[in-house]
Amino acid sequence: MDLTPSDEQRLLRESADRFVAETFTGEYRRKAVSDPLGFSPAIWKQFADLGWLALPIGEAYGGLGGGAIEIGILMEAFGRGLVSEPYLATVVIGAALVGQCGSEAQKQSILPKVAEGKVYLAFAHSERAARFDLSHVETTATKTAHGWRLNGHKTAVLDGVAANQIIVSARIVNANGVSGKLCLFLVPIDTAGLTLRDYARLGGGRGCSLDLNDVQLPADALLGDGSDALPAIEAVVDRAMAALGAEAVGIMQTLLDTTLEYTKIRKQFGRPLSANQVIRHRLADMAMQCDEARSMALRAALMADAEPVARSRAASGAKAKIGKCARFIAEQSVQLHGAMGVTEELDIGAYFKRLLAFDTLFGGSAHHYRRHAALSGRAQT
Amino acid sequence: MDLTFNAEERAFEQDVRDFIAANLTPEMKRATALTPSVFSDPDIGMAWQRALHRKGWGAPGWPADHGGPDWTSAQRWIFEAESARAGVPNVNVMGVKMVGPVIIGFGSPEQKNFYLPRILSGEDYWCQGYSEPGSGSDLSSLKTRAVRDGDDYIINGTKIWTTHAHHANRMFALVRTNEGERQQDGISFILIDMKSPGITTRPILTIGGDHEVNQVFFDDVRVPVANRVGEEGKGWTYGKYLLEFERGSGIASAKLRDALKTIADLAASDVTGRAIDDPDIALRMSEVEVDIDALEMTELRVLSALQTGQNPGAVSSLIKLRVSEIRQAVTRLGVDVIGNDGLAVEPSRPFYRLNHEPVIPEELLPVVPEYLNGRAYTIFGGSSEIQRDIIAKMVLGL
Repeated sequence: MDLTPSDEQRLLRESADRFVAETFTGEYRRKAVSDPLGFSPAIWKQFADLGWLALPIGEAYGGLGGGAIEIGILMEAFGRGLVSEPYLATVVIGAALVGQCGSEAQKQSILPKVAEGKVYLAFAHSERAARFDLSHVETTATKTAHGWRLNGHKTAVLDGVAANQIIVSARIVNANGVSGKLCLFLVPIDTAGLTLRDYARLGGGRGCSLDLNDVQLPADALLGDGSDALPAIEAVVDRAMAALGAEAVGIMQTLLDTTLEYTKIRKQFGRPLSANQVIRHRLADMAMQCDEARSMALRAALMADAEPVARSRAASGAKAKIGKCARFIAEQSVQLHGAMGVTEELDIGAYFKRLLAFDTLFGGSAHHYRRHAALSGRAQT
Repeated sequence: MDLTFNAEERAFEQDVRDFIAANLTPEMKRATALTPSVFSDPDIGMAWQRALHRKGWGAPGWPADHGGPDWTSAQRWIFEAESARAGVPNVNVMGVKMVGPVIIGFGSPEQKNFYLPRILSGEDYWCQGYSEPGSGSDLSSLKTRAVRDGDDYIINGTKIWTTHAHHANRMFALVRTNEGERQQDGISFILIDMKSPGITTRPILTIGGDHEVNQVFFDDVRVPVANRVGEEGKGWTYGKYLLEFERGSGIASAKLRDALKTIADLAASDVTGRAIDDPDIALRMSEVEVDIDALEMTELRVLSALQTGQNPGAVSSLIKLRVSEIRQAVTRLGVDVIGNDGLAVEPSRPFYRLNHEPVIPEELLPVVPEYLNGRAYTIFGGSSEIQRDIIAKMVLGL
């Protein structure tokens, strides 16, 4: 048992903190919001040069073989700078799905390109009727003479507009109807029948919904050998939630630091806001919840490779708890900035919105407390 | 970074399990489970202290040259976790975890030689004389006076909320030896023999129905000057040192996990009509468990910082705050889990030695008193409001 970061981990934190502080200024962020891609490919190239895109990819595929702790270190720094580069969609989720489900040929053709920054990926899984149930997929894949035909509708696809290939989940249809098997398909962005409705995502980055109307795919579009992909999806989403938790901690820490400074400077009734006990106690609660969130994000990362039930309980526990802390810190940060907190003139609002998006992604606190209870053998709620 | 234990740590874990299996009697285990107050009664707690002492584990946090086992942080963690899981009695923390470290840090060689072995062996039973009727959160306003008379101090005044004063043969106390410029000056840390003439003790019953705390009166009580720890007038410094130990040195998450498990087991049993099938109970159970997970990680982070020589500092306030709030959430859940059986009041004590058949199943007896007594968690050792003041000042630099 040892929670001391290794030298490599310390260096990674230092370089990530430095790069993010220098690069992701408020000015950059305001430009990115109106950018059709939501980020800058030039910076993505720098991510590649820094080795961050290769970080979690296996060494056999041009990667560095890092784990959830290293991803968490990066994501926390990204949170501090409100980075909107599609790191989660392409590296944390996309590359991980290819790594877990893909055939050797698919891994060889995709993963090195992700590591070099030449391929962007996205994951189209959520559907309107599913809410946050990962097993609920109505999109269908029908075997054809030449491969596959996909039909369905996907929502909340993160950074789809930037992707060269979208990984789409679908249920296989055979002669008897829809089978139980959930599979993943690699769909190039320019495939006929694929309609993408892109939007600016709350808190930064892009999102989209997808319509798949008789999308024709070759046989090798199927990711891997066609075995059920749900366990892999659950594992990858659990790890994505751990990564998002670390990002949220970076956001919360920035909000706390900024709010703390503001309450020292802002004077009313002839004294700083921070001279009032009610304000001091609120800040103490914010600091406490920020620290609890930090513990939970670290715990989810440390459990990322545990057996599935332990891993999922840690991931859901972290998502639920960090979501709760995030809402508290976000709302109190606006509150303690007074009317200024409600304006776009400060960065507080941008951080607030990113935390709101964090809480929603992959399901909010209530959903994950329920999942935790169910995984713990308590009432099926 | 790694949460798993290595081979040596796993071997130690097995040692601890073996020791507990060989020494924790069913009587001790049952008495501990049926005790609704914060501390075990001395007959139970000290039996466990003697067993630990025989093994050389009487004071896990002490340095080796004073009889500590010289464990790594991981070993301390394992010991606390296994002890909590097995449901061992509470030992006299006022001795082992409070006055012991102060004597080790600031006591004279004579004091170390005399008191420390008697704490380890369980021969002495300590109580803490800090709060006074007029000095609760504002502890340094304390008024109990110690006036020098030759080689003695003569003590007059009163202490309150004194846990187990009615069992203790010794008290460590903060007393005023001088009027200083600041009220923190002029306080001394003194060791008092509870059998000294002039000491009387009045029991105070808590709302759970337990006699755990007392008020102690000092009427011209003579205490040798040799019983003062450290310098005269520096008692506040020593007292704060102790409070930081009281707040942060413990590993509380394992005990909270065990307390939650007790409630979860009741909720899953027919005794409570399977309260766990109520979705609200199930969700709250997960919510509390996740809070314990977060606390456990924070404790592990502190341990790891200590091991690499960093000072975790005021994070002890942060931990104290969360431990007390989570403890109350667990006991509150307990009340909701047992439902109607919580209406039955059993006034006799101890629950493990009743001379009549209890009106509700025995294992449910401590649940409501634990909740009621547990309101004290956010008050003693510095109330939650005081902890927030400390966090604002020490963590946030306000």
